[in-house]
Amino acid sequence: MDSIQLLFDAPVLSVQLLIDGLLIGAIFALAAYGMALVWGVMNLINIAQGEFVMLGGYTAFFLYSAGVHPLFGIPLAALLLFFFGWALYKTVVFRVVDKDLFISILATFGLSILLQQLANQLFEADVRTAESGLSSWFLFDGLVTVSQIKLVAFGAALVVGATLMLYLKRSRMGQAIRATAQNARAARIMGIDTDRVYAATFGLNAAICGAAGALVAMTWIVHPYLGLPYTVRAFMIVIVAGLGNVAAVLVAGLGLGVAENYAGFILGAEYQAAFVFGLLVVILVWRRFWLGRQRRYLR
Amino acid sequence: MNPTIVRALLYGGFVVLALVAPMIASDFLTQLAFLWVMIVFALTWDILGGQMGYNSFGNIVFFGVGMYACAVIQRDAGLSYYPGLFVGMGVGAALAVAVAALLGSGILGLRGHYFAIGTLGLGIAAGELAGAWSYIGAGSGMVPPLYPGRVGGRETFFYYLCFAVAVAAFPVLRWLYAGRFGLAINAIRDDEDKAEAMGIATTRYKTAAWCISAFFLGLIGAAVGNLIGFIDPRDVAFAGPTFGVWMVLMAILGGKGTLWGPVIGAVIFHVTQELFWTYLLGWQRVALGFLIVLIVVFFPLGIFGWARERWPERFGHRVEEPPAPPQAETGK
Amino acid sequence: MNSILEIRGVRKAFGGVVANNNVSLSVSPGKIIGLIGPNGSGKTTLFNSIVGYHPIDEGSIKFDGHEISQLRVVKIARLGLLRTFQQTRIYGKMTCMQNMIVSAPYSDAGWNLIFRRISPADTRKAEDLLKFVGLHGKRLLRAGDLSFGQQKLLEFAMALMHEPKMLLLDEPTAGINPTLIKGLMNRLLRVNRDFGITLLVIEHNMRVIMNLAEYIYCLAHGELLAEGRPEVIQNDRRVIDAYLGAH
Repeated sequence: MDSIQLLFDAPVLSVQLLIDGLLIGAIFALAAYGMALVWGVMNLINIAQGEFVMLGGYTAFFLYSAGVHPLFGIPLAALLLFFFGWALYKTVVFRVVDKDLFISILATFGLSILLQQLANQLFEADVRTAESGLSSWFLFDGLVTVSQIKLVAFGAALVVGATLMLYLKRSRMGQAIRATAQNARAARIMGIDTDRVYAATFGLNAAICGAAGALVAMTWIVHPYLGLPYTVRAFMIVIVAGLGNVAAVLVAGLGLGVAENYAGFILGAEYQAAFVFGLLVVILVWRRFWLGRQRRYLR
Repeated sequence: MNPTIVRALLYGGFVVLALVAPMIASDFLTQLAFLWVMIVFALTWDILGGQMGYNSFGNIVFFGVGMYACAVIQRDAGLSYYPGLFVGMGVGAALAVAVAALLGSGILGLRGHYFAIGTLGLGIAAGELAGAWSYIGAGSGMVPPLYPGRVGGRETFFYYLCFAVAVAAFPVLRWLYAGRFGLAINAIRDDEDKAEAMGIATTRYKTAAWCISAFFLGLIGAAVGNLIGFIDPRDVAFAGPTFGVWMVLMAILGGKGTLWGPVIGAVIFHVTQELFWTYLLGWQRVALGFLIVLIVVFFPLGIFGWARERWPERFGHRVEEPPAPPQAETGK
Repeated sequence: MNSILEIRGVRKAFGGVVANNNVSLSVSPGKIIGLIGPNGSGKTTLFNSIVGYHPIDEGSIKFDGHEISQLRVVKIARLGLLRTFQQTRIYGKMTCMQNMIVSAPYSDAGWNLIFRRISPADTRKAEDLLKFVGLHGKRLLRAGDLSFGQQKLLEFAMALMHEPKMLLLDEPTAGINPTLIKGLMNRLLRVNRDFGITLLVIEHNMRVIMNLAEYIYCLAHGELLAEGRPEVIQNDRRVIDAYLGAH
């Protein structure tokens, strides 16, 4: 295919793809971190993860429309989404937390559809961006564009991730969350209000997604249907990286960002979405095959 | 009254009603045709999800494959309308089965939530791929040939066609569930490792179950493509977030793992959905999303499941008094 | 002496933990053999290795002349080697009768065979076996609604339904009301005597295994500690020490 030939002829193209891929990959990793948190603590796979990102993006957009600089939109979107996530837990999610995993998947899938359609109804289907006013750097005689806002987003994603890690390690609630993740019954017996922990975890996850969404609004676009691909990306990253390892989540996220960028270039932009969902299937089947060879099955 | 006679009367009455519906309710023929489509959706999903415990979000793939295959045959095979349609339906069903057999070897090895999310990805990937493949019209989709009859004849014809598929599917499934197949897939649902340890050829049964779903979905897909008159890759053929999710919901609403549960669930869901579309225009999708959450959170057992908990004796689970004093229990 | 189950030099490690090390044992057809040892000695791991639940690192396992260490669970079950589980596994949402009928020893080799009807012969056999274990009155109940002890009996009956050549029983009396243990023992003896099924039994209940088995293997720390007839094992100092924990 000519695209692959092009990559070899002009290696500087690879630099562009790599940089863009890494920069967006950090945002994927952020969404994945939140998903891993909820999955590890509450044993819940949140299919509405992408919708939280989408809502975070819209929050940042509306704040921007009201005159708030997008960079301030990040913590504000996180805060707003935190309360949203908390409220969602208290009304709906708490009912499915102790049921079997499929019910929770179906329930969060229903929520995902509900939020998606609500957004479509309220915000209309046009795409929006929150302009940050930052420009770009040009490297290699202008062949490589490094958008400053994307760099800022990358840094912000790392900062949010690090903040979260610190919070989980140092704060009381963070420790309660980790205790509940390891053994919910023991935590309850020791006096930890696990319901509160779950609410806080879910809210925290929504906040992380909110921040990620704000970053997406600044660097790319938001629209009501951007959710599901983000959910799938987060899920893939968690599968590959495992639940416990933050560094692995970051690396997997960056890797996915780069892979997606390359795929979009080589296969064409219209195939990029197919690539994301197809990759999910490939990863799952390959993982199962690999585990099967050692006959170590994860149930 | 003799339960067999009651049952025969119920079936018969149902069929008669369905046959005369086009005469009584000619304004709603498309919606009524879709009722049968929904019933096929729910029944085919239940084979995998309810009876076998493999919750698939990707059954829509077979629906879309059948739809596109039929349209391609109708476009390229050079046959007149009716032969083209029926050959197309056959090819659609066969191709869907082939896809199921092929995919099954990899995907049916996944368990639990991995299978659910994996098939979700499959369904959407199929839609995206179809939307990019120019042979089948890419993003513009395809348009099946025009129905060669009087105005309004198309709806009537396809109403009976969809009805035929539904009416064929139900007894086939009933026959399957009554034999070793039904027992084996229930065993897979309840404890797949135990089933393997007892020598049941689980891979074979899983693949067969998916192929059977694929067959009927392929047939109904071909029919629906012609009924709607327009095939859009993401919104009609591989409509994962709508049809694909509704398949799951309807079976759960009615009670998964039963024969009539999915049928009842399909009827209730379809009627509700049509009402939403008529009276809540603009907000119908939001309302439907809300309904989905409501069903899953508050009513996961479904109607039949709830009935079974309430009246267990009516569902055959009873203890019989032993004819002689039980000597085995005291262990002598 | 031809053995129906021949295990030589089996080694299985999980990461750094060696669960079985150089374990060898053999079982003659038609006998009842016991496998004892303190908790953590590797008994269930050995069972899992035998039935193909996981591959072994070293060694050979032969059943009825076939090398089975590379085979999968389904194939090994087809050869006639079944096992029961410590936690008792049955099909919870199906009735007892359905549990039994689905356990019949059918070949699923042909595609047409998987759709076949349920034969009256199978139904009769299922009812007879349920009577044998005393569950006939409960045959139309959901298996998941039975008590733990009843489920254990059901699991046992299901194994018998499959007409195995050899049965691996993982703690068959665990969790059973002591008054019912004698009945279970008698059934095991009858099954061995009347149907000729070879039994390899993991047991913690010494009274049961000493009266049941003709030969006993004792594992400790993943290795074979001692073997011999019950009277010999009972008085073996090393076995007593292993159980009482004297190092």
